[in-house]
Amino acid sequence: MGVAPLQYLVHAAGPAAAPTYRLGWALIALVTAVMVIIAVLLVVAIARRRSPLPTGEAHKLPADKGGTNWLVIGTGVSSLALFAALVYAMVTLDSVAAPPREPPLTILVTSYDWWWKIDYPDPQDPSRAFVTANEIHIPVGVPVRVELKSADVIHTFWVPQLAGKTEMIPGQTNVQWIEADTPGVYRGQCSQFCGAQHAHMAFEVVAQPQAQFDAWADAQRRGAPAITTPDARAGAHLFAERCAGCHSVRGTPAAGMQAPDLTHLASRRLIAAGQLTNTPEHRLDWIEHAQRIKPDSLMPSMTLSVADAAALSAYLSTLQ
Amino acid sequence: MNDDTQAVLLHPANALPVGSAGERASGLLGCLMLIATEAALFGYLIFSYLYLAVQQSSHWPPEGLPKLGLSSVNTAILLSSSVFAWLCERFVRRRKKRWAVASMAVAVVLGIVFVGIQLHEWHDHPYGMTSHLYGSLYFTITGFHLAHVLVGIVVLVLLGWWTALGYFDERRHAALTIGSLYWHFVDIVWLFIFTTLYLTPYWL
Amino acid sequence: MSEPPISAMPGDPPGTVRLARPLQRGTLDEAGKARLTEIWETRPGWRGWLSTVDHKTIGLRYLVTAFVFLLMGGIEALIMRVQLARPNAHVLTPEQYDQLFTMHGVTMIFLYALPVLSGFSNYLWPLVLGGRDMAFPRLNAFSYWVFLFAGIFLYASFPLGQGADAGWFNYVPLSSLTYDPGPNIDVYALGMVLLGISTTVGAANFVVTLLRMRAPGMSIDRIPVLVWGTLTISVGNLFAVPSVSLAFLMLWLDRRIGTHFFDVMGGGARALLWQHLFWVFAHPWVYVVVLPAMGIVSDALPVFCRRPLVGYGPVAISTVATMVIGFVVWIHHMFATGIAPLALAFFGSASMIISIPSAVATFAWIATIWLGRPVFKTPFLFFAGFVLLFVIGGVSGVMTAAVPLDWQLTDTYFIVAHLHYVLIGINVFPVVGGTYFWFPKFTGRMMSERLGRIAFWLMFVGFNLGFFPMHIAGLLGMPRRIYTYAPDMGWNTVNMLTSIGSFVFALGILVFLVDILYSLKRGPVAGPNPWDAPSLEWSVPSPPPPYNFAVVPIVASRHPLWEARMQEEAEKPVRARSHLDEGYLLGQGREALGTTAVGGKPHIILKMPEDSYAPFMLGLFAALCFAALAMRWWGAAAALIFACGVSIAVWLWPERALIQREPAPVQER
Repeated sequence: MGVAPLQYLVHAAGPAAAPTYRLGWALIALVTAVMVIIAVLLVVAIARRRSPLPTGEAHKLPADKGGTNWLVIGTGVSSLALFAALVYAMVTLDSVAAPPREPPLTILVTSYDWWWKIDYPDPQDPSRAFVTANEIHIPVGVPVRVELKSADVIHTFWVPQLAGKTEMIPGQTNVQWIEADTPGVYRGQCSQFCGAQHAHMAFEVVAQPQAQFDAWADAQRRGAPAITTPDARAGAHLFAERCAGCHSVRGTPAAGMQAPDLTHLASRRLIAAGQLTNTPEHRLDWIEHAQRIKPDSLMPSMTLSVADAAALSAYLSTLQ
Repeated sequence: MNDDTQAVLLHPANALPVGSAGERASGLLGCLMLIATEAALFGYLIFSYLYLAVQQSSHWPPEGLPKLGLSSVNTAILLSSSVFAWLCERFVRRRKKRWAVASMAVAVVLGIVFVGIQLHEWHDHPYGMTSHLYGSLYFTITGFHLAHVLVGIVVLVLLGWWTALGYFDERRHAALTIGSLYWHFVDIVWLFIFTTLYLTPYWL
Repeated sequence: MSEPPISAMPGDPPGTVRLARPLQRGTLDEAGKARLTEIWETRPGWRGWLSTVDHKTIGLRYLVTAFVFLLMGGIEALIMRVQLARPNAHVLTPEQYDQLFTMHGVTMIFLYALPVLSGFSNYLWPLVLGGRDMAFPRLNAFSYWVFLFAGIFLYASFPLGQGADAGWFNYVPLSSLTYDPGPNIDVYALGMVLLGISTTVGAANFVVTLLRMRAPGMSIDRIPVLVWGTLTISVGNLFAVPSVSLAFLMLWLDRRIGTHFFDVMGGGARALLWQHLFWVFAHPWVYVVVLPAMGIVSDALPVFCRRPLVGYGPVAISTVATMVIGFVVWIHHMFATGIAPLALAFFGSASMIISIPSAVATFAWIATIWLGRPVFKTPFLFFAGFVLLFVIGGVSGVMTAAVPLDWQLTDTYFIVAHLHYVLIGINVFPVVGGTYFWFPKFTGRMMSERLGRIAFWLMFVGFNLGFFPMHIAGLLGMPRRIYTYAPDMGWNTVNMLTSIGSFVFALGILVFLVDILYSLKRGPVAGPNPWDAPSLEWSVPSPPPPYNFAVVPIVASRHPLWEARMQEEAEKPVRARSHLDEGYLLGQGREALGTTAVGGKPHIILKMPEDSYAPFMLGLFAALCFAALAMRWWGAAAALIFACGVSIAVWLWPERALIQREPAPVQER
């Protein structure tokens, strides 16, 4: 991911972001030139000549005229530069506003206070649709339509290296597109102040070659695998009692709608909307100390006995 | 009194009016500023209504098209009230104090009738301010206007009282001009509101 | 002692009230000035304090109160910078941080940025225009009291940990009752409506004052650029403020009465309605808080360049153009909301074009310095620094006007950098420079050159150190309004630099304040015109007497005090020059001259009101009424509305002394 995962001017990774990347550098060059020119003019103007504050009648003052050349030339040059910038900006807008071809894949991202639900619908065969959370996979080299909704307040979907941002407004569906040129993991972040844990509402977009993407999608479509160990079974019972009210695991009775779908939790790179790497230790830490990690989030800190913790951890590890 | 009249008749060529002198009164300009900002306020209310109305996919207004009969009559009542307020100023300029006060009284009564009919209309609606979006918009917009009418009635009452006390004549009556201007504004705003709330549903 | 005449000529019997009289010209001796002082001065003690309508007193009150709010907002910022200096800090909880950044924005944008400019304008307008007071002195006093009460109101819940916490922009539905159930947003909403009253009446006052309270001969092309600035924004405010007042009122109605304006369940149109109403106001507002400050620079910088401003006409027009165009760019705050491509193109273009008038002003300032002979006094340093900061803030704005780039930049620290360059660069720097410039006029003492230089360099270096790195943070993807960040995002260095820089900047402000306090008592005594400046305020003593001008001056150019020494002006005959020591005599009670709007010809003799408690009482009742609404004590609110009505009736009751009614009851004809 690199030194600054959310940067967008060091590297753009797809055609929805690359034209903007070029525009960004062009404008930076332009404004830097303007700042330097103005700074030089200012310094020279100040340093050219000086006089002490005159004391009265003897000192003649200039007439109220002159200097209009400055205005004409200065404003004229500025206007030309602005016009050029405007034209280039409009051309860039044209390139990035819509995908070059009809996107073969559409996903629906719904924002919640402080996590992301991702639906992969299948218009031909609804039984092949699946849902996941916080980690989006897309095939490389393919434009993807992203439909954006919100379940509560206004959030913003932003994965800088792949595209600009779009608000997710409750009650309406916004649309943008993303496309990755090369395989990789691209970080995203909510970019509209949405309450206490706005700072900790990140996501990832994993771009994979088509074959690997199809394999991933097939794996996601399956329900949770069967449970084989007693520990995991105990964990599943615990899950049904204490977690299923909010969370869902497809293929089990757990069908909570208010929290991320955990069917394939263990397959994800990060948890808690991009806050922790996905290890068994971090998973337990999150369950037991959510309010310390993300204060005021809707996930309570659960008190678990050591045995319960082990059981739950075992169960969650089965959710590959 | 005679000296004063003489002074006015003499009117040296380079004399300037002093004080709240008719159209040169500062208060008149101040009232125009108030009208500008209040007009903007009603503009934003009407914008909000239209912006939301054109985006409704469902039945709008929810309880069907607005009835025009009573509200049209009410509009006429309000407009005629303006005429009587204007008449009061004309009578004052001719020092016909009794006619002036009577005229203003009629203007006030018509204003009160408008309020009464509006409240009756409000009562008649099966929905309220909190029932749905349309109710919120309808009652807030007409409510804002009604508040301006009530203020206007108070203004007219004060103007009538001051006229009865003999404050005004053809030379000093700035308050009448200014207060009536506010009242005319309230009337004209009503025309916009009436068009937006009552007439546009038939067109949109 | 017999009542002074209201309007009489020599030889009139007592009790005569002439409705027209000729203007008399002449000079005024010391006895005459003493009479004028008695007529115009405010009573001492608390009585005078509550009832004064003197624009100079009101102006100073605005300035002091605004500076207090600047300090409060600044402390809020410094606390946030302590939290953000390092990743994953625990100085603040998320809720505390959210209240701090919200109140920081509210305080700076509403309680400091415009009021400080209102302070300068209130104090200076009558003096630079050659008048005795604003058009509506009691309304002026009222607008200050409501500002003060609204500021207190807006902070009422903050010490209880219940400050507004949904950002100064307060988007729905985050600010709706569902997601923000406490009193936080109610206080913000009602406080803003109350503050809007102050802003609106102040705006009306400025516009009417400009239309008539000028010295004869001060045609529209001779008024100072500060006046152009404040006039333009006042017209803007009359049309913009109702939008946000309405938005906040509708939000409060939704929250506490149960209306459905911003109900998102029925269609997203309603969430966007808030954004439209808010930004239709808030975008023009950002020009409101900078155009008068640009006017300060346009008027004061030339004094330190020993020559008139280059391009007065274009600068005046560019001021108006910026405000007008400022009304049609609001959607650039909403580029990412999914609006139609045509709207994107239009608003993006307008947002680029609006920088052209700014270019005109920038080159006017640079040309004035280039063609002049700069004098390196403290005000000059602030004004020169301002030009650079103006350009940096302006060009970062041009970058955000490019729609696709805005889709990356918006809601990142790039915007925070941009807005602070324009707000601190274009408002604070001219304000501080303006304070150094006009302090002698306000107080009769000079501020310290030494402390001024130290303050300037601390502020200039600290500001750039603090806020330039924010551009980088934004380009590295740091979003706005986050209370902390992870250590591996690449933002650690820029945040530490910013935190250090902001403390250096704060130190500069502190030195400035120390200078003010020190100079009030120990500064060198100043005469009427210590800077050898050209405009009318420098022709009266420092500080000015309560009546401003003993005789109404007659103005013949933009630079009355320089005329005799300016090339070309000096060649004109004496009768074509300004007259300052000899002019029109107006002394029958509080009187001022009204002139025509464009040409500045004498038009009417205005009777000005005496000091009155009505503005204070009305302001108090209005504020208490809003407090009652916030507490949902409906009966008390109704009673207070009645009290407001009575106060207004008392205030507007026609007075003989103001020639609003006949002195004796009119008889039926």
